[in-house]
Amino acid sequence: MPDNSSSTPSGFDRRAFMAGAAGSALVPITARAAAPDPPAPAVQDPSAPVDVTLNVNGKERRLRIDARTTVLDALREHMGLTGSKKGCDHGQCGACTVLIGDRRVVSCLTLALAAEGQEITTIEGLATDDRLHPMQQAFVDNDAFQCGYCTPGQIMSAIACVKEGHAASEADIREYMSGNICRCAAYPNIVAAVKQAAPEILKG
Amino acid sequence: MRPFLYQRATDPDMAVQALSAAAAANNPLTQATTQPLAGGTTLIDLMKLDVMRPTAIVDINPLAQGWSAISPDGENLRLGALAKMSDVAAHDEIQRNYPVIANSLKLAASAQLRNMATLGGNVMQRTRCSYFRDVSYENCNKRKPGSGCAAMDGVNRMHAVLGISDQCIATYPGDFAQALIALDATVEIMGKSGSRSMPFAELHKVPGHSPDVETALQPGELISAFTVSGRWPRSVYLKARDRQSYEFALSSAAIALDLQDDTIRDARVALGGVATVPWRAREAETLLKGQKFDDGLAQRAADAAFADARGRRHNSFKIALGKRVVARALQQAVAMEI
Repeated sequence: MPDNSSSTPSGFDRRAFMAGAAGSALVPITARAAAPDPPAPAVQDPSAPVDVTLNVNGKERRLRIDARTTVLDALREHMGLTGSKKGCDHGQCGACTVLIGDRRVVSCLTLALAAEGQEITTIEGLATDDRLHPMQQAFVDNDAFQCGYCTPGQIMSAIACVKEGHAASEADIREYMSGNICRCAAYPNIVAAVKQAAPEILKG
Repeated sequence: MRPFLYQRATDPDMAVQALSAAAAANNPLTQATTQPLAGGTTLIDLMKLDVMRPTAIVDINPLAQGWSAISPDGENLRLGALAKMSDVAAHDEIQRNYPVIANSLKLAASAQLRNMATLGGNVMQRTRCSYFRDVSYENCNKRKPGSGCAAMDGVNRMHAVLGISDQCIATYPGDFAQALIALDATVEIMGKSGSRSMPFAELHKVPGHSPDVETALQPGELISAFTVSGRWPRSVYLKARDRQSYEFALSSAAIALDLQDDTIRDARVALGGVATVPWRAREAETLLKGQKFDDGLAQRAADAAFADARGRRHNSFKIALGKRVVARALQQAVAMEI
């Protein structure tokens, strides 16, 4: 079966459009940076933008952001990396799961400023050239999603679950994947996908 | 979320200085305008909900190098306050000699949250009372002292039956704290004028007339470590909840026993999910000590643990449930093969 997932017949796809739209949010910031510097405030203004450098998928990204910006919003709104999803925005659903170092965390409760100097890996950083990460391939092979919204978080979480050594049994997988909610209830297939990918990931 | 100034701690002294800068205006700690950021799983959540409104945040994660050691040193245990829940839960010696600690952590939250949340932050986490967390409710004595309590006659299925007052019935939501209080842990606290320590049992305050005062910790103070004397291999944490995983306790029990030839030499019983603070059930312990264990004794101890419990419209079931959890946890602890 031909793989037509990377492009559409019209040459236009939703992901490129969304990423482009998010990327365009950078324009006003660039414009502001080009304008003459405003006079320095006498006391520190908590609303003033701050500079932060994030290491995302092996690339350094310099951003000027509000201190309130979470890693999730930095990814989605400032870098055009919309793979990590915003579900609950309160650490309850797992859709925003990314790896910081080798640990899975919820990016919606992680301040971008607090993640400076650490390596962030998102769903966009998994595939190499045209080859999917074994966990991505396992989710495709096992039909481990329906709507797909929780899938990037499920996959990031599943990779960490395997590397932590918590994928030895179905019971373990269910327990240690419980932080990722799937409202389509694709759980049996998600468990099957994690089981399939685990040996390959552990082999390295 | 309201704007805040972000500062990164460089060392413990700098952190406590920054946190105590506006100490006078910062009382009580729950209302402090400068808050420490560790894992962030409570603080950032409550800031998004507009429940907590700090104007400055001191990120204490850079202190982790000195404050995150897990040190089971022969007969004693020391846990750094910035150790992650997941690391402590997965530690071999903790699992072997303090299963009540390992399991209280393993059964809490999700893998992601356990990777983020620290031990110090975990014991300081705020209640999950839905009226506290939703600022559209005017009446919350924790959020707005003197405003009343919407939970008293509201939907109070998740609320406490022990340690309550006519001002507040919000449940203390954590798990790990029950293990600490059962094991007579000590908490080490770093402040502007140096370090102090106190029994963990004195850290949390029942709501009484001031539900907004939740702990004995003062603004400008940070928990640096917890210590436990002795080893407790015969210990369990049993948690009953609405879902099998990733859910707060309806009722939980932390049990530690010193058992010799079926006779209980020492017993520790602590309750979670049913009280306003981490709850030590000393009446149950008194009944158990010196006795030979049987199911009848377990039942009498469970009854004693809930003798003072008072339910409201939706949460009275927790009294019956809680007794069964205590009795079953005792049976499990006795049955453990050490």
